[in-house]
Amino acid sequence: MSEIERADEAHGQGSTALAKSGSGVPERFENPGLPPHRHRMGDVDPQAAKRAERQVAFMLLLSVLGSIGIIVSIIGIEYNGGWDRISTSTRAIGLCMFVSLFMLGVGAVHWAKTLMPDDERIDYRHRQRGTTAEREQAVAILKEGSAEAGLGRRPLIRNTLIGALALFPLPAVFFFRDTGPLPGNSLSVTMWEEGTYLVKDPTGGRIRAADLTYGTVVHVMPEGIDELEEPLNEKAKSAVLLMRLDEDLLTPKSAEWGVDGTVAYSKICTHMGCPVALYEQQTHHLLCPCHQSTFDVTQDCKVIFGPANRPLPQLPIRVDAEGYLQASSGFHEAVGPSFWERG
Amino acid sequence: MSTIDKAAGGVGNFADDTVGASKIVNGFARKIFPDHWSFMLGEITLYSFVILLFTGTFLTFFYEPSAAHTVYNGDYAPLAGQGVSEAYASSLRISFDVRGGLIMRQVHHWAALIFVAATVVHMIRVFFTGAFRKPREINWVIGLVLALLAVFEGFTGYSLPDDLLSGTGIRIAQAIILSVPVVGSYISFFLFGGEYPGEDFIPRFFTIHILLLPAVMLGLIVVHLALVVIHKHTQYPGPGRTEDNVVGFPLFPVYMAKAGGFFFIVFGVIALIAGLVQINPIWAYGPYDPSPVTAGSQPDWYMGWLDGAVRITPGWWEFTLFGFTFSMNIFIPTTALILFVMAAGALYPWIEQAATGDRREHHLLDRPRNAPTRTGLGVMALTFYVLLWISGGNDVIAHMVGLSINDITRFMRVAVFVLPALAFVVTKRICLGLQRKDREKALHGRETGRIVRLPHGEFIEVHAPLSEAERWVLVQHDANRPMDVEDRLDAGNPNSLYGKVQRRLSRFYFEDRVEPVTPAELAAAHHGHDTEIESQEHASIEEKQGDAAIATSQKYHG
Ligand code: HEM
Ligand code: FES
Repeated sequence: MSEIERADEAHGQGSTALAKSGSGVPERFENPGLPPHRHRMGDVDPQAAKRAERQVAFMLLLSVLGSIGIIVSIIGIEYNGGWDRISTSTRAIGLCMFVSLFMLGVGAVHWAKTLMPDDERIDYRHRQRGTTAEREQAVAILKEGSAEAGLGRRPLIRNTLIGALALFPLPAVFFFRDTGPLPGNSLSVTMWEEGTYLVKDPTGGRIRAADLTYGTVVHVMPEGIDELEEPLNEKAKSAVLLMRLDEDLLTPKSAEWGVDGTVAYSKICTHMGCPVALYEQQTHHLLCPCHQSTFDVTQDCKVIFGPANRPLPQLPIRVDAEGYLQASSGFHEAVGPSFWERG
Repeated sequence: MSTIDKAAGGVGNFADDTVGASKIVNGFARKIFPDHWSFMLGEITLYSFVILLFTGTFLTFFYEPSAAHTVYNGDYAPLAGQGVSEAYASSLRISFDVRGGLIMRQVHHWAALIFVAATVVHMIRVFFTGAFRKPREINWVIGLVLALLAVFEGFTGYSLPDDLLSGTGIRIAQAIILSVPVVGSYISFFLFGGEYPGEDFIPRFFTIHILLLPAVMLGLIVVHLALVVIHKHTQYPGPGRTEDNVVGFPLFPVYMAKAGGFFFIVFGVIALIAGLVQINPIWAYGPYDPSPVTAGSQPDWYMGWLDGAVRITPGWWEFTLFGFTFSMNIFIPTTALILFVMAAGALYPWIEQAATGDRREHHLLDRPRNAPTRTGLGVMALTFYVLLWISGGNDVIAHMVGLSINDITRFMRVAVFVLPALAFVVTKRICLGLQRKDREKALHGRETGRIVRLPHGEFIEVHAPLSEAERWVLVQHDANRPMDVEDRLDAGNPNSLYGKVQRRLSRFYFEDRVEPVTPAELAAAHHGHDTEIESQEHASIEEKQGDAAIATSQKYHG
């Protein structure tokens, strides 16, 4: 007989070793073996079997209809021309795919459950681990092989081989050298420098200091950013928030770096670099939407809550002869998330 | 012979001549697979992976992996004329101009979410039933690696459409890379081809997403499944099931019909969800730009726990030393946490082996209650995970329950340590309680809910006797006990550090335990009560026997 036997034939084949204690009562219970097979309706009643057969065929037929439905939906529903069409098409295709696939699946499962034999069979397992004899033979073969290779007798080859194998993957790392330039100081500098005008983001006009009322907040970029080759790289560093507060509320340093209570701070969160852009006018708090770090503008944008550690860097600003705002220098420290060399 | 039989014979003959098909059929067609609903979790994982391969391939025909600048002039009016990347424009084109494109994108995204979810639930099943024990340790580790790769695969895919949310995800990934001590800035510059975001990450992520990771995952999945065949599937304990057999249905035809059918069921359900429930409407988010606000953005669910870990880590974990910045407020809850979880998970099978001293093969699964410490540890890990995940939505929760985000965050900082420990203790107690109930049931039978009054006035509940098969499930498991010095024959010197650690561990695992009923106990319980009515008094007898069983120290080696 093959490895698989009918469950009934193996019936009563109990668990492994049973230690009997002195009294004749076994220490452990004995595996009672597979329970006898219970017949389903379809096994004994040909009528029930016939019914199951028809049910399976019905499901498979529905699947056929679903498949046709998919084709009809793709070809028949005009796709272009507005969201309604797209949405109708997507729904129709989705529903037809469901009918086509699901009914095929359910049909197959129903067939297996009602009509294919449901008596459990048994297969025997073998230990993964070899027998003692097998293991000894394997060890002997390996010993013989390494004796033939003579690695033990020739330490010179063994050691240089280890060295060669250890070193050969290393050059692979260097092939990646040109995947990018070295960081240099580019994490620490932005395009802000003395005289760079502040312009509104995204409209781009310069900002007159006198036009700002108390409580306003303006999203700002350095002038000329859109002419850069890769403006997004610079936007990720140079975005600034401009706010006007009562000058008495600001710290002396903060006020000095601003103009009449108008101050500019980096908009790039010092935590992980999201744009910090929720300004609460009453409390003068800036909130980062990513992990809720909260910065207090009245305390020089110190972190008062959340996972960020450093205050938002302030951009020193001044007005030109016509009253437009410009940077009086670049940022005095790196903006954005921390990095190792930042210091 | 019918034509069909003839044709089949011809094909079979050719297949045997060329690839030895008869041997393959003889070896595999009648292999036995046990049946249980929890074994379908791995199948869902596999099938959603296959669905991802199908739909992903379709997407590659239309997707343009390029950050190059273009002007959107497609069918979606609100964005008409706007400058966007090729990647974003082509993702919009897939959604609005390619027939069936939107549903393909939505099937792909839903399949991705379900794929990762099924992977995790499958892992949970494997853990709680002890399916990772010898000889399946390696397959457990392979599964862990697959789970990690699945998360990376999902993340790189999420980044491809280059919309506002995907860009926010990449920004955060870049900050995580920057926080790696010493080499962080260098890795970031090499990965992004220079400054963040640059133009290189889209084609690079594309190659990683459609070639590198799928190829590695496919390879690992093949090994994973090959090992399942080699080991033969585990089975739940029950009458007739032993460590030496596997009871179930043959691959051909029953299992093939069931598993094959199940593939179509999974595919059908995912198609239905994708057809009806919108996911990742990238047109509504707009193209990526590092400066606009992205309030209320949530990553795909499998990233939520890391997001939560980051949210509750206080900022002062960052410090500078010797002129270098140690961003531990980011490094620890991300890179270090992932490494820790992976290492703890990968080592777990060997940790438990050290505690049990058990080197035998196990093919019968544990009922979770019969491994109280393991089950407790598992629930502890899950609690930790769920709490981090909840923390990732602290703003949403604050909004819903009307508390301040700050209070919720402070609460979570404590809760992620206290609640998992509590969950461990409670789970272990519950398991021990369930085991006591099992003993009760094995000794006195099933409660029937029928109350009768005895002649002297006492009320008792009628207990129905168990069949042998019913009892077997309750008494079949081994009882592990703490190891004594002399038990550790296999581990060399018991006074070595490892020996001491091993004994400690073993005590931690098995100090508190309830052992299965033995035939002797059952005989004693029935002594003088051969009626089928068992009364409450037996509790006391059982208690004493329970104590006796627990007090005897028995030598136990693997
Ligand atoms: C195995 C696990 C995989 C996961 C978890 C996964 C996940 C994702 C996710 C979440 C997206 C964003 C989808 C969107 O909303 O547009 C995506 C996009 C994409 N994936 Fe996958 N994916 C997997 C496998 C694959 C494979 C095997 C391929 C190709 C052979 C592929 C090709 C693509 C393409 C081309 C896109 C961009 C589509 C678009 O932007 O519309 N993916 N993937
Ligand atoms: S990025 Fe701002 S709090 Fe994390």
